[in-house]
Amino acid sequence: MTVKNASLPQKRREPLTDTQLLMTITICIFFAMYALAMLLLGGGFLRPQQIFDLLNDNAALIIVACGLTVVMIGGGIDISVGGVTSLVVMSCVLYLNNDGNMFVAMLLALGIGLAFGVVHGLLVSYLEIQPFIVTLAGMFFARGMTTILSVNPQKLAHEGLNALRAVKIEIPWLGYIAKNGNLIPGRIELGVLVALLCVVVVFLILKYTRLGRNFYALGGNQQSALMLGINVKRTRFMTFVISGLLSGIAGFVFMMHTGAGNATNAAGAEMNAIASSIIGGTLLTGGVGNIIGTFFGTLTLTTIKKIVVTSGLKDPWWQSITTGAMLLFFIVLQSVVLSNREKHNAKKKDSSAVKKG
Amino acid sequence: MPNETVLTMRGISKQFPGVRALNKVDFTLRKGEIHALMGENGAGKSTLIKVLTGVYGKDAGTIWIDGVEGEAHIHSPQDAQNAGIATVYQEITLCPNLTVAENMYIGRGEGLLVKRKDYEKKAGEILSTLNIPARPKQQLASCSLAVQQMVAIARAVDMNCKVLILDEPTSSLDDKEVQMLFSLMRDLKSRGVGIIFVTHFLEQVYEVCDRITVLRNGELVGEYVIEDLPQVQLVSLMMGKDLDELNNMSGFERKDKSAAEVTYEAENLSSEASKAFDFRIHKGEVNGFTGLLGSGRSESVRAIFGADKVTGGKVKMNGKSVHITKPYEAMKNGIGYLPEDRKRDGIVADLSVRENIILALQVMKGFFKPLSRADMEKFADEYISALSIKTASKDTLVGSLSGGNQQKVILARWLLTHPDYLILDEPTRGIDIGTKLEIQKLVLKLAEENVSVTFISSEIEEMLRTCSRLIVMRDRNIVGELTGDQLTQTQVMKTIAGGEAS
Amino acid sequence: MSEMKKAMKKSGNIGQLMIPLIAFGLLIVFNLIRDPSFFSIETKLNNTGNTVLAGNLISIINGASELAVLAIGMTLVTAACGGQDISVGAAAAIAGSVFVKIVRGAADVNGLTVILAFLACCVVAMIFGSFNGMLVSVFRIQPMIATLILYTCGRSIAYWINGGATPTISSPITSAIGSFIPGVPIPTPVIIVAVMVILFNLLFRFTTLRLYTQAVGINQSAARLNGINTTMIKLLSFILLGVCVSVAGCIGVCRLQLINHETLLLDIEMDTILAVAIGGNNLGGGKFRISGSILGAYVIQMLTTTLYAMKVSSTDVKAYKAIVIILLVVIGSPVVKRWFTKKMGNLRGAGLRRAGAKEGV
Repeated sequence: MTVKNASLPQKRREPLTDTQLLMTITICIFFAMYALAMLLLGGGFLRPQQIFDLLNDNAALIIVACGLTVVMIGGGIDISVGGVTSLVVMSCVLYLNNDGNMFVAMLLALGIGLAFGVVHGLLVSYLEIQPFIVTLAGMFFARGMTTILSVNPQKLAHEGLNALRAVKIEIPWLGYIAKNGNLIPGRIELGVLVALLCVVVVFLILKYTRLGRNFYALGGNQQSALMLGINVKRTRFMTFVISGLLSGIAGFVFMMHTGAGNATNAAGAEMNAIASSIIGGTLLTGGVGNIIGTFFGTLTLTTIKKIVVTSGLKDPWWQSITTGAMLLFFIVLQSVVLSNREKHNAKKKDSSAVKKG
Repeated sequence: MPNETVLTMRGISKQFPGVRALNKVDFTLRKGEIHALMGENGAGKSTLIKVLTGVYGKDAGTIWIDGVEGEAHIHSPQDAQNAGIATVYQEITLCPNLTVAENMYIGRGEGLLVKRKDYEKKAGEILSTLNIPARPKQQLASCSLAVQQMVAIARAVDMNCKVLILDEPTSSLDDKEVQMLFSLMRDLKSRGVGIIFVTHFLEQVYEVCDRITVLRNGELVGEYVIEDLPQVQLVSLMMGKDLDELNNMSGFERKDKSAAEVTYEAENLSSEASKAFDFRIHKGEVNGFTGLLGSGRSESVRAIFGADKVTGGKVKMNGKSVHITKPYEAMKNGIGYLPEDRKRDGIVADLSVRENIILALQVMKGFFKPLSRADMEKFADEYISALSIKTASKDTLVGSLSGGNQQKVILARWLLTHPDYLILDEPTRGIDIGTKLEIQKLVLKLAEENVSVTFISSEIEEMLRTCSRLIVMRDRNIVGELTGDQLTQTQVMKTIAGGEAS
Repeated sequence: MSEMKKAMKKSGNIGQLMIPLIAFGLLIVFNLIRDPSFFSIETKLNNTGNTVLAGNLISIINGASELAVLAIGMTLVTAACGGQDISVGAAAAIAGSVFVKIVRGAADVNGLTVILAFLACCVVAMIFGSFNGMLVSVFRIQPMIATLILYTCGRSIAYWINGGATPTISSPITSAIGSFIPGVPIPTPVIIVAVMVILFNLLFRFTTLRLYTQAVGINQSAARLNGINTTMIKLLSFILLGVCVSVAGCIGVCRLQLINHETLLLDIEMDTILAVAIGGNNLGGGKFRISGSILGAYVIQMLTTTLYAMKVSSTDVKAYKAIVIILLVVIGSPVVKRWFTKKMGNLRGAGLRRAGAKEGV
């Protein structure tokens, strides 16, 4: 230890990594937006129930977006998630309506999701087919199978599960007093708990397990990952398996929320999930992304829709136009932030090189 | 102890479609030695390394590794790591989005969870013992390339490997960093690690290695102890012919052209990457930019060509004021530029040799005037034979050629535009000695034909042989200009180092 | 020797088209076995009194027109930018809405108004194309992400253009564009595709677009240092895709004589990308073949028509389509290809060895 130590006296904080930076931006914007909505629109936005409703309505989307984030961190894409979700909903409803068992239905949901994940993973990582095409075919297959199962909407008629659906967690102190003077407690559906659990589990996987870090390495530079001794094929395979599994869970949660199977279930969920991930700071190029960011990305996306509706723009096209505008805002912002950072890094490199010369 | 072998490879063969890359090659590595693996481009060095590290599967042959029972089966880089083989490649093979510590520990060890705190602590210790200026928690992308290379070595050191492979690790390092690397290598050697060192720099081999194995055309030439093999003989073994060619350069003379007309003149030229500088070059003159890596030599010529965003300055071409801010404008004014990084900036790998050769000429002719097929074929044939480019046909993809031939294709591309002023940034880096000489000769021939040439090379010797004027840079400033009698190795070194320049 | 080389070159060129050709062959054989009359072409009088060609084959070629036109543009974007535009369906809805708005706005619909309307919708589509192109080339955003924006809000913009209604147009000229020109037995959309193919061929012939696009797609940095304006080439690919979008949009509108912003060319972006991939083009950019993509478009349409002919309901088609797609891409996957080449190499090697042995004797 004779050298003047370059690394140990570092007590100052490291600059944020790309992942952290993009996530921080999203979280800040979400809170700013929500605060603004509370100030300007008031009403529902002042009640905690507004947030609970957002979560209740979008639990499935959150779960699906988590899976997609994992795939995107690994440098892939999975556009089958919406299709798989809808197939799971339809299969479970049909099975349960034929006097099915609740637990078997859960296994069915997981099994369908897993099967899609495994097939996608095999085709993408072991046969080296482009993930977009594979999962596109997966989406076609899932959507097609849904209508083959039933073209007509099916209402869930299983007593046990309907009873379970009715279970809501009530939090009185987060409720509000309705016009007639009754206290309406804050209500959270079970699906939200499942979604939060998924977020936590995926967060832990990404942050603390070898597998999770390998996802980042794979997305950062596939060639390097291989040279560093990572089993690239298996790692990529796992991203798709996780995504498939989460789509299965999302399907079950979706069914708990809507209580019906419909061929158009979760229509466009894949694009909403991609949008959520992007807003949350995940890059399609891979290697950068975070589940907490995705969680807030989903909330941001759904909140803006709510704000549009609440502010009186009831026409359906306003929602998609504001969503588009917000996507544009986030995408351009990220592009500018990251390219600035690159320039900054390049400059630093120059100066350090000069010091040596 | 010193004769205990740690790695034995026998009869290794590897076939690629159409090429026999390795033919029954033997290689032996002993404990605690630094063993140079030498050969020209395409001799099979990288293939042998990649077979050893499990990137390629071998067609025939056996590998024994000390500590591995029986024959070693290496099918993936992971197998190689487990067998105690660590590799540092020429290109950085780390993940830029992860932290330094993570890059040192990812892909290793057992267990489900990562021990982040542990890793960061251990990484910090290793980085500081090796005196590498990086922090464990820093994102790798924010380190300079040299530091990234050092991190890769730190990773290898920490693996307690038995065999360490260094595949051209020095090509992006400056002298000081090379010395740091060498002391590190000697340290590891004293701990009994066997090191395989692949490089193109002969001096470095003689500075640090104990033994040399020479390959040629995928075959083993022989294994030699360093004292028994003079440098000249090594070169002839690698090339498979005598060194007469080395002396053939005498037919050309460096001429002082300072009296000739000025081809290109820049005043206060600056770009996003370079500081403002003045520069002029005369007709038929060969000049060079020299300086350490990062001294701004490449950035300066990039500014001349408009490769980086030009931020200011006046430029005259043949006495007339011109406006050059983008490559296209430079080309239109008769400037050609062979970039430093052939793979990244030079070749278009998936296009044919023909298309790569005509690319620049086509761009100069314009979007609405495509060359006829017959013209393209004619030009391609002409330059393939003029520069003796070794390619199966003109429709072969350029990416499948060897490095030296790729470089010739890019040269052909610029010669075809008949430039008045040609900039060659490291045209001889990473290519074999035979081609190096051809390129040097070509430069002098161009000068005879009144083309002005700027020639940049990391090897000062090479520049002294070709250039009649050297511009020396330090810290992104021009610190000296050497001509005539000043063109000696010592004088160049002195000027680069500072002190009493010229 | 040169004969052999030529033959090898040819096989190399065809190599990329192998998958769509095999798919075509399989579909034809399958249909021949299933129902030979599938391919019968007949002439008949249609309700406007024209003698026209009819039959499954005609309806396949006709029905794939929009897909084929879009596949041309998508191939260019894919090659130059290494990514795909997922907003083509939405953009086509916008283009179609503009077309309808102008045609309906005109006092009387004659050839000139239709041409003007087409030009206007072309300009609009090119503007939206440039918007995508700017995001991709200037802000360096991945094409799929950049076009996700227009994908999200494009159909809403189309809705807004015509004030939320699904207006119809009725004019002999537009109906001729959508079906048949009096006296010509070939469906007009097919003719339009042919014209587009010829136009693009001329474009490649008289400009260096192909070389530039490939160079940019393979190695952007090298392309820039050779004086190619890479931003411009990427932007141009999106603008050309815009032209294709407007043509496809107009065909779609004229076929139905109305614009439904929700359903016009719905999900066509997925089919278009699929056509490009089946055509053997690398979705990561670089070298490309337009002919492959067009062939891919016809394969997809033939598959759909075959399934319909087998009485598969239109909603279920997707599932069967998926299976065929997976089969195709598995055959075309790099791993299977490598395995195949290796087998072939072994065979050839064995042959050579045998020949060598003979000579030795």
